[in-house]
Amino acid sequence: MAEHPPSWAVFALPVLLAAVALVTAGADALLAAGARAGPARSPREAAARAAAPARGVLRELVRQPRRTRAADVALVRVGAALLPVAAMLAGVVLPLGFRSVSDLPEGVVWYNAMEALAWAAVWLAGWGPNSALSLIGGYRFLAQGLAYEVPHMLAITTAALGAESLRVGGVVDAQSGLWFAVWMPAAFGIHLLSALAMAFWGPFDRPAGRDVAGGAAAELSGVDRILLLGGRWLLLVVAAAMSVPLFLGGGHGPLLPGWAWTVVKTAAVLAFLLWARRRVPALRMERWTEAAWVVLTPLAVVQALVVAVVVLHR
Amino acid sequence: MEFVVFWVPAVLAVGCGALVFRFDSMARATFSLLASLLCTGGLVVLLGLDYLGVVVVLMMTLEMSVMAVFMVMYMMNPAGLTPMTMTHNTRAAAVVCGLLFALLAAGILSAPWPDRRGRPPDDPTLDLGMSLMGPQMLTMMTLAMALFATIVATVVLATRRGRYDRLGDGLRARRADDPVPGGVGR
Amino acid sequence: MSAEPFLLLAAALFCVGLFGALTQQSIVMLMMGLELMLGGVILAAATVWRHFAPATADGQVLIIVAVTAMALEMAVGFAVVTALFRSRETDMTDMAAELKE
Repeated sequence: MAEHPPSWAVFALPVLLAAVALVTAGADALLAAGARAGPARSPREAAARAAAPARGVLRELVRQPRRTRAADVALVRVGAALLPVAAMLAGVVLPLGFRSVSDLPEGVVWYNAMEALAWAAVWLAGWGPNSALSLIGGYRFLAQGLAYEVPHMLAITTAALGAESLRVGGVVDAQSGLWFAVWMPAAFGIHLLSALAMAFWGPFDRPAGRDVAGGAAAELSGVDRILLLGGRWLLLVVAAAMSVPLFLGGGHGPLLPGWAWTVVKTAAVLAFLLWARRRVPALRMERWTEAAWVVLTPLAVVQALVVAVVVLHR
Repeated sequence: MEFVVFWVPAVLAVGCGALVFRFDSMARATFSLLASLLCTGGLVVLLGLDYLGVVVVLMMTLEMSVMAVFMVMYMMNPAGLTPMTMTHNTRAAAVVCGLLFALLAAGILSAPWPDRRGRPPDDPTLDLGMSLMGPQMLTMMTLAMALFATIVATVVLATRRGRYDRLGDGLRARRADDPVPGGVGR
Repeated sequence: MSAEPFLLLAAALFCVGLFGALTQQSIVMLMMGLELMLGGVILAAATVWRHFAPATADGQVLIIVAVTAMALEMAVGFAVVTALFRSRETDMTDMAAELKE
């Protein structure tokens, strides 16, 4: 099933991911404005609300950039730029239908390695400006990362184990019948949770929380701010989209072509996350850490064990 | 092409590696080391070991991010705003390392390297897995034991509190007395 | 590409790391030197696997061992520094030597 993509796919991928991220951010802004000021009275008002993130990007571009004293500007730049780059690199193995930009032989590990770069990125962006609040944000993300990474790794390993392949295309092929989400529900749930946690978004947004004045992004302005906050949306989109080939059967489905199923499923996962964000309270790091180590990690191990036994007896 | 693919990461790896000990800022030193190790991981991929190269990248990213925290925690001057030297016997070390490199280089360039025996397998990752779960099982189990022992040893070394601190002398306290309240069961 | 440039690079990484490990006073900086040395070992093992013995997986297993050694060294190192810092408020090798007295 591994078809070679056209060469322009390399350039199309960032554009596509950025567009999806912008649409998701717009939908989130629409929901947030709806919760704050009641439903939109006209389609025009709804459109204006949904365009808030795009307006924010333009505003940051023309605004006078702020500087902090004795800031390590080089590290801020590296950190802010690394986050979207990491998300894009992780997206390289994402299949649209049955084609991805590069179906690497160990794509699952590649995805994991690239999203792990977010650790370095957020910490650097938090450390660089020489400001206490942003440093707190950076440290919070590391604490959150230590908690989500182990269950997350086990969850995606479980999917690879079920398919007996580290290739994302291989994982999709293995789900032509039963989706992995059906017989590995724990791994699927953990993957969705860790998608939220790695994008420090929704219930896990403490690293950039309002209680620390924006955390890791507190002192960023201009392009740096756009890159970090945009990279966060990209990471969320990539992680949510990755749950489609890993657990939801990728492009497999009746009637529609593969790419359409991928789009539909990705949109469904993102819509679910947007909905869930408004139903769940924010989680503090120390609570999440203990829950992740005491509950999620053993759960993921048991899930992996069950899948391993099933695979052995297949 | 091959020239670029090898020499750019090679020079970066050694350059960033040397910069680790030149930077005053601990954050810069740590992430310079990360850059060096990422280049090493890239070269491992270039040598045909895709899986291990990516694993090196993954492990080192996580490791260095955590390392940065400890660097900042334990260095006297983490941000390097007031530079100070924290080195000893630099000259002797430089001589030792220079001599060692000369020796290694002489050995590498003059040794009669054997011809390649066999061909790389189509899927080195599969080869590695079969080896670890077959003939090299003992290595794998030793590593597992070492990792487990490390977890226990590091916790024992790093924490000051034991179960008697948490649950009282008779271990009868209903709620553990923790400095940071946790999430499960409380 | 032949094996020599890779091996030379591995040797260079090893020596730079050794220099750091020998000269740094701070234990955490010393560990960074050790990490660099192990990076050189990883590269050398990968080169030897590729150029001399690709048919067996022993070179790859060596890399796994080196990566594990890096992780263990880091974890134990930081735990020791934490214990040391707690008892002596120090993180320097020279001062740790006084512990034996």
